[in-house]
Amino acid sequence: MKKLLVITGFVVFGVIIQFLIWNGIINNYYAQVFTLMSIFIILATSLNLINGITGQFSLGHAGFAAVGGYFSAIVTTRLDLGLSDFTTFLLALLVGGLVAAFAGFLIGLPTLRLRGDYLAIATLGFGEIIRVLFLNWKYVGAASGMWGIPGYTNFLWAYLVAVVTVLFIVNFMHTSHGRACLSIREDEIAAETMGINTTKYKVIAFTFGAFFAGVAGGIFAHLIRLLHPQSFTFMFSVEILLMVVLGGLGSITGSIAAAILLTTLTEALRQFSELRMVIYALMLIGIMIFRPQGLLGTKELSADSMVKWWAWIKKLLGRTKRVGEQVDNTKDS
Amino acid sequence: MELILQQLINGISLGSVYALIALGYTMVYGIIKLINFAHGEIFMLGALAGFFAITVLGLPFFLALVLAMAVCATLGVVMERIAYKPLRNAHRIAALMTAVGLSLFYQSFTIYTVGATPKAFPRIPVQTWEIFGVAISNRQLIILVTAISLMVLLQFIVHKTKMGKAMRAVSFDRDAARSMGISVDKTISFTFAIGSSLAAAAGVLFGMYYGTVHPMMGLLPGLKAFVAAVLGGIGIIPGAMLGGMILGLAEAGVSALGFSTFRDAVAFAILIIILIVRPSGLLGKNVREKV
Repeated sequence: MKKLLVITGFVVFGVIIQFLIWNGIINNYYAQVFTLMSIFIILATSLNLINGITGQFSLGHAGFAAVGGYFSAIVTTRLDLGLSDFTTFLLALLVGGLVAAFAGFLIGLPTLRLRGDYLAIATLGFGEIIRVLFLNWKYVGAASGMWGIPGYTNFLWAYLVAVVTVLFIVNFMHTSHGRACLSIREDEIAAETMGINTTKYKVIAFTFGAFFAGVAGGIFAHLIRLLHPQSFTFMFSVEILLMVVLGGLGSITGSIAAAILLTTLTEALRQFSELRMVIYALMLIGIMIFRPQGLLGTKELSADSMVKWWAWIKKLLGRTKRVGEQVDNTKDS
Repeated sequence: MELILQQLINGISLGSVYALIALGYTMVYGIIKLINFAHGEIFMLGALAGFFAITVLGLPFFLALVLAMAVCATLGVVMERIAYKPLRNAHRIAALMTAVGLSLFYQSFTIYTVGATPKAFPRIPVQTWEIFGVAISNRQLIILVTAISLMVLLQFIVHKTKMGKAMRAVSFDRDAARSMGISVDKTISFTFAIGSSLAAAAGVLFGMYYGTVHPMMGLLPGLKAFVAAVLGGIGIIPGAMLGGMILGLAEAGVSALGFSTFRDAVAFAILIIILIVRPSGLLGKNVREKV
């Protein structure tokens, strides 16, 4: 019941923001930034499903987003379906997601037998191959890019898909399949000994992650209305990865917070776009050296923990003397 | 026949550049089990150092090569000390992420300071000889001779000197080496210095051959050299040379067949095939996983 209330609250919030955008109270620039935020939330949480929850290090997320983007754009521009805008777009996103999921499945099946750094390189390689294929595919414009994609995306679309993605992943974590994925992250050999089919769950996580990345790619394509293979390079994967790492591998709320934070930072640093990547790189190195588990680790932000923190802060203000002990006590909560 | 021979020569000269970069990957992996993602950027910085040594300091080509190697050797040691040493006992993914971050840092920092536009590398005037109907240029000859002599030098260092023995010992068993009185830190630094200087040499040769240097030039050759290292068996020095050559030849072959736009995909296709079929590489031994 409580969960339903929270979900309804989130949906109503999105609708209100969209109304404010339609009424012009929130201008187009901010509308676009909010939409981008939602897209990055989808990308970051879906990568977290692979990297954080299942513990498989993937560097090819941009490739899946590219597949989704291109295939959804094919549905809306190259095929003449004669459906209404709404159904066409919904269908396009589904197609984009499914093709990306299929790509994820194909890639995952052989490569997920590899571990750690080898897997990272193999996924990176696949990302690059996908990019080169699009660069040579005349049907989608090859090197000149794909033009004239209708701008179906608005904030509400991206936001609602983000809500669905987060809901799906959080619920997935609490099913037996999700637990199996978590156990693979914690100790693959132990998980195998307990009778978990590790390859199967790795492929499942990979396929679902790729699906959502594909949907995000579709939304992205219909937001910027132009696709070019060069926008889905390795750097794009790294940017998504930075969000996951910053928020904490395995923390969904962490990924959301990091996606919001980094999109804001990107906009704030727009004038210094060359400096932006320097700052991102230093952030990545700094986090890895000083806090390799990410800002939140595997912890989640929730209303309950907020209440606890608030109580803790109040306590702290009241009795500043025993700060050290208080910090230790609250770490576990 | 002549066409095949011609592509063979092109492939070998490109392959020897890949081999030089791959050597650094393989040595570093062999000793600390880390894929040094930033290695491709060391290659790029080496090329830039060579560029500035020739244009600003007015040095002749070979002196510029040596200077670039020295600069990058220092850089490699500093990088290891600052970024990788604190993570030596951390999770491997954390170290890999740091390497990705470092690579991103070098790229963006060079773009920020030097600018993203490609610079024309001052080249030696080209001279071509015809041997049995096959054209070989003095540039290709310089690449081949430099690369091969550096590889011979490396083999000498690794197999005939005390430091080389220490390197082999540390990569075989770090703790045992430490208890035998080998300074592990010093050996790792030395490995980084050698690997980085080889990458720098490759960078200068690459710049001389293709005529341009720019901050993003390290990305693809770096990744491909990594593929070469995996292909030959990562951690194995002759494997890196072999892998580099095979990769260079494969790329030249694909270009000759008229699929030059797919050139970049070939390396990754090879990588994925080798990882699936024979993950330990061509020269690698199969290591059984122990629980």
